[in-house]
Amino acid sequence: MSLSLADKQLAALLWGCALLAAALVLLVLLFLFKESWPVLQHIALIRFFNDTSWHPVDGLYKLTPMLSATFYSTLGAVMLAAPLGIASALFSRYYAPSFLAGCYRRLIELLAGIPSVVYGFWGLTTLAPLIGRLHPPGVSLLTGILVLTLMILPTIALTADAALAAVPAAYLRGAASLGLSRWGLISGVTLPAARPGVTAGIMLAAGRAIGETMAVLMVAGNVVQQPHSLYDSVRTLTANIALEMAYATGDHRAALFVSGLALMCVVLLLVGMAELMSQERRHV
Amino acid sequence: MKLNGPVKPMNETYTLGPLQIGPPCCDPEPLIRVDNLSLYYGVKPALENVSLDIYKGCITALIGPSGCGKTSFLSVLNRMTDMIPDCRVSGKVHFNGRDLRDLALDVQGLRRDIGMIFQKPVPFPLSIRRNIELPLREHGISKQAELNDVIQQVLQDVGLWVEVKDRLESSALALSGGQQQRLCIARALALKPKVLLMDEPCSALDPISSGVVEDLIQRLRGKYTVVIVTHNLAQARRIANYAGFFWIRDQQRAGCLIEFGQCKQIFEAPAHELTAAYVNGSRG
Amino acid sequence: MFKNVLTTVLIWLTALIVSGVFVWLLSDIVIHGLPRLSWAFLAEAPKNAGRSGGIGPIIISTLSILLVAMVTATPLSLATAVLLSEFTENDSVIGRLVRRSLDVLAGVPSIVFGLFGNAFFCIYLGLGFSILSGGLTLACMVLPILIRTAEEGLQATPDDYRLAAAALGMSRSATLVHLLLPSAAPALIAGLMLGVGRAVAETAALIFTSGYVDRMPDSLLDSGRALSVHIYDLSMNVAGGDTNAYSSALMLILLLLIINSIAMSLAKQWLHRDIVLYE
Repeated sequence: MSLSLADKQLAALLWGCALLAAALVLLVLLFLFKESWPVLQHIALIRFFNDTSWHPVDGLYKLTPMLSATFYSTLGAVMLAAPLGIASALFSRYYAPSFLAGCYRRLIELLAGIPSVVYGFWGLTTLAPLIGRLHPPGVSLLTGILVLTLMILPTIALTADAALAAVPAAYLRGAASLGLSRWGLISGVTLPAARPGVTAGIMLAAGRAIGETMAVLMVAGNVVQQPHSLYDSVRTLTANIALEMAYATGDHRAALFVSGLALMCVVLLLVGMAELMSQERRHV
Repeated sequence: MKLNGPVKPMNETYTLGPLQIGPPCCDPEPLIRVDNLSLYYGVKPALENVSLDIYKGCITALIGPSGCGKTSFLSVLNRMTDMIPDCRVSGKVHFNGRDLRDLALDVQGLRRDIGMIFQKPVPFPLSIRRNIELPLREHGISKQAELNDVIQQVLQDVGLWVEVKDRLESSALALSGGQQQRLCIARALALKPKVLLMDEPCSALDPISSGVVEDLIQRLRGKYTVVIVTHNLAQARRIANYAGFFWIRDQQRAGCLIEFGQCKQIFEAPAHELTAAYVNGSRG
Repeated sequence: MFKNVLTTVLIWLTALIVSGVFVWLLSDIVIHGLPRLSWAFLAEAPKNAGRSGGIGPIIISTLSILLVAMVTATPLSLATAVLLSEFTENDSVIGRLVRRSLDVLAGVPSIVFGLFGNAFFCIYLGLGFSILSGGLTLACMVLPILIRTAEEGLQATPDDYRLAAAALGMSRSATLVHLLLPSAAPALIAGLMLGVGRAVAETAALIFTSGYVDRMPDSLLDSGRALSVHIYDLSMNVAGGDTNAYSSALMLILLLLIINSIAMSLAKQWLHRDIVLYE
């Protein structure tokens, strides 16, 4: 490539910026490791699972209650949001009259932009008392799951919508010419064709649910315990960090960074899988 | 760039202005000497062992079937090959006493001397005035009076002045296809090039616009050296002084120059049987 | 046939429930938040831990954090996007590397950004709990979105422009400034909006970087409480803070809408400065 002097100078500047941007992720990892190191150095990883409880001030680092809270809340939210999100996408693409479909899509886009703290606040003031009437205390795993569902539903709906839109019209014409019913068409042709995109969207949404802090922090009750029912109060990994960072020092602080590191690894795994799936789609 | 509505073409009137024209035909002085030129995309040869001279002030037509390297040949002459990844050129191309393949060559200066017109007109999404001004300013002409003079001059040269003089500030995209192509030619002429490379400049236009542009090209003879790629044999025959016939060599699928000579000779007394078959329409 | 009817009913029902819940959520916030919302509320300082008074200093802090974040992230992301789309081949090793690391960065949860910001900006760089720390943390967070959208915007501009400009002997820099960036302006602005939206909405990354202090910040090195942190604090830590929390939440949503529309009109003006699409 031949570049003039001005272009070469610009390119050099751009390279500087791009490398800085690319190095950022390394910087994040580096500092997470650096801050986790004091604990990782003298505490075996297994103690994060085997200790009797989470009392970091006394040197007890059992993370499993938080891990299972994160796991259950994410699982529940994805199980609820996935069918709702996909149905929403189907609604706006195949069922609703075009005006209504447009409105519905705008609504979903609006919701995707609502801050998580607002979802959390609404869950706390409106949803939690309702559930509390059903089964106290109200701030519980169930409330967390419901609020998370609302939060990730737009993600799933919008990605599924995009995946459905990408299904070639020729497939639909072909299937319709065989006299398939609407649902026959969708279940037989559209959804299988859009599956990689839809799955990738669900992965991304799961990643968001795991990483979400504020909404669950505000509605799940924040008691460190292994949940036994949907009405139990729980504390997720992210909520734990947000609650304890304010006063944590020494090994306690380092332990929180370890959980941050763990969080990052899980989410990266999900992002990686989503990436793989969308690549698969490109190769088909 | 998204257009929100169909672009309405203006009434196109045929108003070619007076063009200062040099001597009616060529003095046979070669301006560009191409010696043993080959061009590869990666390892695949696209053009092999082409040698020919481009004569000053003449119109040289390059004819032959699609995919035989005519456009590639043009893009060597103004180093547009630099923009194509993996493109490699060997052989000698002399212009103004320098080898065009010289890496130290001022490519921007070269492209100012050797302009190019593409098959599809590419007006920038700017006003008509800005379309011509932008490259002029880039080459250091910034006095508004001087710019205005040049703009009027070149628009008169391509016969657009009468049509657009009252609407220089409106979008170039609103012009019809033929007007757009003439604007592109005007834009190239504004840089006072020595050579104009034209890659099928009429083939994307309707027959009437095509005729106007063809007349315009005729009028460039003498003042500019024109190299034109065309699929339209009749057009080549009408306007060219010299013609080169390209063909695809069978084993390698690489383009090569079969015959080069005076236009009259190529069409009326071709030396090579392939040329004869092609210009008679029995092959290609 | 039965299946067809059943699914049709279910899908309409889903849409109805989803819209219903969201209308419920929005109307809840508007109904509870609107009565307290006034110019005085926007200008006043919070009193009694936020139970009464307004959110004046908090709005200033929020905007300052946002300003720091966007002023840092925008040039960096634009430069990276230009490099990726204009100065590297699509499948070059280094381009892939940069893209991959940005994908990873995009997946990092916001609380982890909070941890990083606390360790790096607040402590390692010694900026303390400050608007600067919070803004820089948010800048890291929105960088991948900004780069991705800007790159897509640039790649959507026709290649013809690049070729035609090169054939006129224009440098890549000039082509970029005069043609490609203006052509991509709507996409660039839209990307910026996404970034601003995410930054305004963010809470978790700010708690340990820009802090809790709810008085008017004196400088960028002063701690400042963002609107989202304010809502969190009022609803979780302050008994009787719900009324003001509702108004703050409404304000946060309105702020998002306002920023959006301002940017849209800016985009239009920028577009019409030079680019003329049609009559």
